[in-house]
Amino acid sequence: MSTWLIKNGRVLDPANGIDTVADVLLLDGKIAAVGPNLTASNAQIFDATGMVVAPGFVDMHVHFREPGFEHSESIESGGKAAAAGGFTSVACMPNTMPVNDSATVTTYIVERARRLSPVNVYPIGAITKGSAGEELAAIGSMKQAGIVAISDDGRPVMNARVMRRAMETAKSFGLPLINHCEDLHLSAGGDMHEGFESVRLGLRGIPGCSEDVMVARDILLAEVTGAQYHVAHISARHSVAMVHFAKQRGLRVTSEVTPHHFALADIDMPPYDSNYRMKPPLRGCIDVEAVTEGLINGAIDAIATDHAPHPGSEKMQEFERCPFGITGLEHAISLSLEKLVHPGLIPLGRMVELLTVNPARILNIPKGTLTPGADADVTIFDLDRKWKFDVNKSLSKSRNTPFHGHEFCGGQVATMVGGRFVWRLDGLNLD
Amino acid sequence: MSLLGIEDLGRPEIEAILTRAKDFQASTAKYDTLKNRLLVNLFFENSTRTRTSFEIAAKRLGADTISITASASSTSKGESLVDTLNTLGAMRPHAIVMRHAASGAPHFLARYLPTPIINAGDGTHEHPTQALLDARTILDNRPSLEGLRVAIIGDIAHSRVARSNVHLLSKFGAHVVLCGPASLLPAQLAQLAPNVTLTYNIREAIQDADVIMMLRVQLERQHETPFPPGDYFKFYGLRLEHLQHAKPNVIVMHPGPINRGREISSEVADSNRSVILNQVENGIAVRMAVLERVMGASQQ
Repeated sequence: MSTWLIKNGRVLDPANGIDTVADVLLLDGKIAAVGPNLTASNAQIFDATGMVVAPGFVDMHVHFREPGFEHSESIESGGKAAAAGGFTSVACMPNTMPVNDSATVTTYIVERARRLSPVNVYPIGAITKGSAGEELAAIGSMKQAGIVAISDDGRPVMNARVMRRAMETAKSFGLPLINHCEDLHLSAGGDMHEGFESVRLGLRGIPGCSEDVMVARDILLAEVTGAQYHVAHISARHSVAMVHFAKQRGLRVTSEVTPHHFALADIDMPPYDSNYRMKPPLRGCIDVEAVTEGLINGAIDAIATDHAPHPGSEKMQEFERCPFGITGLEHAISLSLEKLVHPGLIPLGRMVELLTVNPARILNIPKGTLTPGADADVTIFDLDRKWKFDVNKSLSKSRNTPFHGHEFCGGQVATMVGGRFVWRLDGLNLD
Repeated sequence: MSLLGIEDLGRPEIEAILTRAKDFQASTAKYDTLKNRLLVNLFFENSTRTRTSFEIAAKRLGADTISITASASSTSKGESLVDTLNTLGAMRPHAIVMRHAASGAPHFLARYLPTPIINAGDGTHEHPTQALLDARTILDNRPSLEGLRVAIIGDIAHSRVARSNVHLLSKFGAHVVLCGPASLLPAQLAQLAPNVTLTYNIREAIQDADVIMMLRVQLERQHETPFPPGDYFKFYGLRLEHLQHAKPNVIVMHPGPINRGREISSEVADSNRSVILNQVENGIAVRMAVLERVMGASQQ
């Protein structure tokens, strides 16, 4: 295995409190050393002068659609898109066909990923069989097969008693429970955030309270059960406040936000453009402010893309018939820089923390640091390169993003997994 | 040039259509303005008056028309909306009149099709020609829209007629009072345009009204029971005794189809205050003006 020496980058490793210009030596797939003026015989050199060298980014919320929907995305194509986005590890949601609710499906995903994905893929198992919200899935067996969390993402458990039992089960196996919070009765039939825009456009609303009531319920259940509980793609202001409150009470409650939920509000949608249709929906400006504040004050722990590929045929329909979700892997870093770091809302170190050590800790995976001995997963990005996102060059199989043609300032330069480059902007040194 | 909604239409454009419509009123003469032009009426939702009205309007202007209803079209065979429209577009009509149950369906298509689209009602969004014919009808009874008090009563939440009327009336300085139970009257409607107020009380809405516009409860768009059905007529149905609170020369309008005994009593619907049939009549004149504008301009 080759030896790489990454020279003269700004090494940012929040887990170890490091933010300094230094070299990083990668040896035999592991981080060998971090420090100034490192040398190593027969090491290949990557000159990172002017760039940021960070632990490999972790996206704890993606949909790779395999098995079952490989026309939208596969573990291979999704893994390539992740690498191109600067991510070295992803956690994939179980809403495949069949649903990942058994050790068999988990094993299939783990094996496919091992053979085909350039990045680490961690499966998330279903909470209930078929994610139908009724009978608990084989959570323990799936844990043995490799899941790192449970979730019925997209089809939230509506029955509070089932959710309580799920939390107790998750706790027994040391797994976090991740919930897509949406009271399905309150959101039923909704197309976009309920507010002035939905009323003006004559589209049915998904009220912020449909998220809030389930976050409230779950936090109360997390307190009763002592489970580790995580709110997926938080979007509504009262939900952020409640997670903040839960943390102050010392509960094991965390949350993530997607780049699009801090980058866009409902008013940003061109009329009836299905590339702006997702769940939770783009919220009001006051909610965007609240999630941004949550990123600043710590109510929100992680940035996750909720990468949700859909083929063009499904997005080329009447707005209300289009499926929910957008792709997100390839512009997550740039959006975080544009909306959070460049305007000075959070320091760069905080952004890296939100994309590395924090999600790794929530999922309890040994990732997200440059500690010597750790896996040599490294994300290298810059802060000032001007570039334009062209969705037609995306490595995802799908094209459903509102950021086509968007001009960014700063973004990923290279991605290393296990000491090997899996993606480089300059296309060099790829196997 | 498509006509997708009133919201983005300027006052001069609206005035031009209303003035031109006056020329077409009270005459059933045939013109050859749109001779050799083809109009496709594409209705994905049931409609009697709007479809017929567009068809008659087109024929009076000398256009060829073909009307397609969704049940008879390829959509029932699984063809997507874009493919259906592209197929029709390839037959080179000069305009497509479209009604669809999905809000924004014509806006979505207008992005991909070169053919001008006239929105004949999209979901719960807009119904621009209805608002135009309503304005024509009001102006047949009043010198101007400026300063009029117009009460729109009923299922506002699901009404494309209400939205288009709010935009149009507000642009011309009328005061619009929207009335219905809270579940059918989202508070955000008050910001839809200037001079719009909301009330849950029908008496308050009707007080000193110049125009009362009644709306049907759109059961087909509701996915629940947002108001006790048995109470609806009692609290939101227009009856003769209400009219005494309005201006003496108040006019009562309804876009149809009317449900007697649900949102309006027969006595009111058939009273001399009702201009419901004038609205239907004006529909043809207004749609002639719209077709002339859309189909004439596109072929210069």
